[in-house]
Amino acid sequence: MVMNNRTFQQNSTSSAPSSLHLQDLKLSLRGEQLFTQLSLSVRPGEIVTLMGPSGCGKSSLLAAISGTLEKDFSLEGQVLLDEFNLTNLPPEERHIGMLFQEDLLFPHMSVNENLGFGIPAHVKGKKERTALISQALNDAGLSEFGSRDPATLSGGQRARIAVLRTLLSQPRALLLDEPFSKLDAELRARFRDFVFRHAQANNLPTLLVTHDPDDAQSTGGKIIQMSDF
Amino acid sequence: MMKHFSSNLSVLFSLRTVPVLTLMVFLLPVLAGLLSTILPAFGYLPVIGQVSFSTTAWTELFAHPALPSALFASVSSGIIATFLSLILSLSFVAAWQGTNSFKKVRQLLAPILAIPHSALAIGLAFLIAPSGWITRSISPWATGWDRPPDVAIIHDEWGLSLILGLMIKETPYLLLMILAALDQSQAKQRLKLAKTLGYHPVAAWIKSVLPVIYKQIRLPIYAVLAFSLSVVDIALILGPTTPPTLSVLVLRWFNDPDLSYRTIAAAGALLQLLVVIGIIFIWWITEKIIAGLSKTWLTNGTRSLAETPVRILSKVSLNSIYTLFFGSLLVILLWSFTRRWRYPDFLPSVWSSQSWDRNIHNLMWSSSSTLTIGLISSFIAVILVVACLENEKRRGKSAGAGALWLVYFPLMIPQVSFLFGVQVLTIKAGIDASWLAMIWCHLLFVLPYVFLSLTDPYRQQDDRYIKVALSMGVSPTRAFWRIRLPMLLRPLLFALAIGFAVSVAQYLPTLFVGGGRFSTLTTEAVNLSASGNRRIIAVYALLQALLPLLCFATALALPNVIFRNRRALKGH
Amino acid sequence: MGIKQTFTSAILFIGLALNLATPQSVIAQDQNTASQSWSKIESKAQGQTVYWNAWGGSELINEYIAWVGKRVWEDNQITLKHVKVTDTADVVSRVLAEKTAGKNAEGSVDLVWINGENFASMKKNGLLFGPFSENLPNYHFVDIENKATTTTDFTIPVDGLEAPWGMAKFNFIYDSARVEQTPNSGAEFLTWAKKNPGRFTYPSPPDYLGSTFLKQVLVETVDDPKILRKEVSDETAFNQSTLALWNYLDQLHPVLWRGGRQFPASSSAQQQLLDDGEVDIHLSFNPGAASSLIKSGELAPSVRTFVFDKGTIGNTHFVAIPYNSSSKEAAMVIANFLMSPEAQARKQDPQYWGDDTVLSIAKLSPEDQKVFSKIELGVATLPPQDLGPTLLEPHPSWMERIEKEWLTRYGQ
Repeated sequence: MVMNNRTFQQNSTSSAPSSLHLQDLKLSLRGEQLFTQLSLSVRPGEIVTLMGPSGCGKSSLLAAISGTLEKDFSLEGQVLLDEFNLTNLPPEERHIGMLFQEDLLFPHMSVNENLGFGIPAHVKGKKERTALISQALNDAGLSEFGSRDPATLSGGQRARIAVLRTLLSQPRALLLDEPFSKLDAELRARFRDFVFRHAQANNLPTLLVTHDPDDAQSTGGKIIQMSDF
Repeated sequence: MMKHFSSNLSVLFSLRTVPVLTLMVFLLPVLAGLLSTILPAFGYLPVIGQVSFSTTAWTELFAHPALPSALFASVSSGIIATFLSLILSLSFVAAWQGTNSFKKVRQLLAPILAIPHSALAIGLAFLIAPSGWITRSISPWATGWDRPPDVAIIHDEWGLSLILGLMIKETPYLLLMILAALDQSQAKQRLKLAKTLGYHPVAAWIKSVLPVIYKQIRLPIYAVLAFSLSVVDIALILGPTTPPTLSVLVLRWFNDPDLSYRTIAAAGALLQLLVVIGIIFIWWITEKIIAGLSKTWLTNGTRSLAETPVRILSKVSLNSIYTLFFGSLLVILLWSFTRRWRYPDFLPSVWSSQSWDRNIHNLMWSSSSTLTIGLISSFIAVILVVACLENEKRRGKSAGAGALWLVYFPLMIPQVSFLFGVQVLTIKAGIDASWLAMIWCHLLFVLPYVFLSLTDPYRQQDDRYIKVALSMGVSPTRAFWRIRLPMLLRPLLFALAIGFAVSVAQYLPTLFVGGGRFSTLTTEAVNLSASGNRRIIAVYALLQALLPLLCFATALALPNVIFRNRRALKGH
Repeated sequence: MGIKQTFTSAILFIGLALNLATPQSVIAQDQNTASQSWSKIESKAQGQTVYWNAWGGSELINEYIAWVGKRVWEDNQITLKHVKVTDTADVVSRVLAEKTAGKNAEGSVDLVWINGENFASMKKNGLLFGPFSENLPNYHFVDIENKATTTTDFTIPVDGLEAPWGMAKFNFIYDSARVEQTPNSGAEFLTWAKKNPGRFTYPSPPDYLGSTFLKQVLVETVDDPKILRKEVSDETAFNQSTLALWNYLDQLHPVLWRGGRQFPASSSAQQQLLDDGEVDIHLSFNPGAASSLIKSGELAPSVRTFVFDKGTIGNTHFVAIPYNSSSKEAAMVIANFLMSPEAQARKQDPQYWGDDTVLSIAKLSPEDQKVFSKIELGVATLPPQDLGPTLLEPHPSWMERIEKEWLTRYGQ
């Protein structure tokens, strides 16, 4: 597998990089408390890791930040991007990118269409949008895969396209929900590197959730145990 | 921002009201219909001068000489047909899941479901009658019968041919429901696990899979039970005649020129409703008892369960059912091109296309109204169901969604018991014999089946696709149209086809609400079956079967064309 | 809106919609429409649409009705729509439903093909428009003198509420290749059946042909046929008058097809049995039917018909107009056209239908008489002089009682 070292950079004009702040988050599921008083800040380009066993509410925390929490949860506290309060905004107005264990590429779209779907509407003109897509593919060493069916690509290729798709949507923060856990050891290290490099190059405050110490170590950043909350 | 917010609010608000709206649309006419059946049953029918409440109708009903045997015929054939269909479909899946014959059976389910009951029954009647195709194929050379044997095969007093006709339709339906339930219960893993513990296939399936999926197929089983207990068209063609089943008897009373029979008919319709409720209740109790009794058996460690007999029996029975089905279709096709075909000729002696030629004009007209009513009503049903399910997805299981099982109501109660009331209601509203009333009435029966077939795929769809889309800044509406619906295209089209097939098969609703001004292929087919002319009946029955088949074929083929370059969405 | 409130309002709405508390007013029959001058009726009829509810079970008849539609469009610019029905009782139901709902105008039925019990029922419940038929110009051709059933429908006076359309006469269709000697009376019929067990049956009542077979036996076996002209008076009289009938059936049933334990559900089912060779004799109400069915390939060319020397049951079928029709004028114009020599002659021709005319040939013009005499009746149709006397239908109450009694005795 070829993975060149160039990095796709989203020349986001819409906003300057900002920090992600979580203030006194308290989450409970049907009256049962998952965590309380969770506060932390992630600077642009910083990668913070949250660790904990399964069922401790890691994924629910990410859902709370992105605004996709199920109805049976109740949340107190605030989610901020710099001073801008996101807490009461619907997910589509938060611009917080998410990556899951599975790549979740839309099976009915080609690679190009998947990437194009993520580009914000304010990027006008077919030419400009296509240019963005091919630049992203190019930088990731996937330039000949644009018209392919995602189902025909390898797991590693799909994972990278999922990252590009998220970046093209010009997020202001990035949430990673164990995105490496399904990859085999060799691929895993390289893909991890790919993700972190892009997150830093795009100056995104990034929050990684994992139960794998190896993943946590590789970020070189802060590691927080969920059990502390 | 503000504008955005308020438009979102209105979408949510309207989406939120959909379940309530859907229930209103459905329960209203059914309840109104029931009410106008209950009142006459207790003697209140002002139009024929009866305005005082009494129980005369009930006394007369129970004193009616035909009632005991009609009731017995209905109940026995309904229960036996449901029971056998269930046992057969369960044992076939248990014995053959994962094999090639299983795959073949699965592929042929859709065409069988597409064929309307009456078309199938007409073909079957000719296949198995004493003068039918099976006898002709061996007479007189092998049997010496130069005249057909004088034995009752169809319309037999035990209702056996009625049971057979019901089984041919119900077994594939239950198979489909079992398959749908399997797809979402990790059946394969359970089965593998049980097999590694040394269980043989049938025992493994019955012990490790059945207890899990049974609650998912329970509602379809009740629907089959209710249908078999109150079926009219198949009972007319195959069922006992002297006396007929209760459903036919009630319909006959409703149609009696002596209008005072109306009150008895109403009481009979209510009795039928009570019978259906009662039998479903008994079935439910039996389920509980069997579940209780089987608790120790499930864990007693026995690892095989009549494996070979079940394998052989289930395959032979299912193959016979499929053979009878395709034999019925073939024989209808032959009749439609027949001029003379007398016993004991194996094939028609004089062929002709006269039946097609003479009916072509009429066929075009009834086909187009069949298409219009069927497509519009199933389309509306799909929209309503999708709106209800989307509402459920966005808001969690709210009160409205929880009550949605009520849409099965029209399936559980006998059609005659509320159609007269529905007819009165549409006349009151000034929409009788209109397209609106027609489509509305078809919706009552189309919607439950659409709901049944769409619910599972919809609820199972991985919501993270939508979350990913939202996190990219895409609005819920856009995510719904661009991600949710395209990914569900296959089940959506399949639900549409099911709805269409259900609409095509509706006879009584078309008759009652259409004011006789709507002729669909089914009403024409039943009308012409009064002529006893098999040639013309065959033409209509074929077309009646052809339209839903085309619809199913399209529903299966279209996603393959649209997604020809999308491996993940290709059909199996 | 909560589910509970919705439910409450739904119940309220249903109550309102059904208007259950309001008793239906009886509709006065519209005398004015019927007594207008004919030219006025014809001019009003122009451009109207008539929904004619008529049995749709025969291709030939459907084609005949389509021809009527073409002719009334040419003559009067009336649009005729044939609403095909399986059972005329459905139409009675529909008009009843409309009356229940208070829809006293713009009803869905404008003309209905009817007779007997259905007519009695609609007449009794005030569902018919009229009297109108005697005012129709072609009515004076009708043979009311010799064809008593044109004025009395199953003993119920027609009273101008329906216009005669065709004559029906009970007869037997048999396969001449299999039956050598046809019976000549009910008694002979029983002898034949005993000699040929399993080769005859009749459709179970209330099928009209099955019922007519019972009536035929009743009329032949009853001591005093006059008693049948009136409503059944009491239980003893009924039991006495029908004793011979039950006696006859008790002897007949064991030698019927399927040993008399099963009966065909309809006359059409029995027609199929004849063609499948399961039985040798079938029943019919139309002397020309057998010829038409041979022509269309539905019956074997060897099929013929027979009647009894002392006569068989006969009746007339009619068209009537429901009280709430919105095209009464056009419906009357069509009823009049149906009684015209042109329409009646075509109807008598087995090529088109083969149904006996209600008209008196003697009352027609010489040209019209010639048209009738030229009609070829077909191989299986008995000429009028061989059809034997017509026996009158009993009062409907007799059939009602007999059907019930039949069910008790044989229907289980």
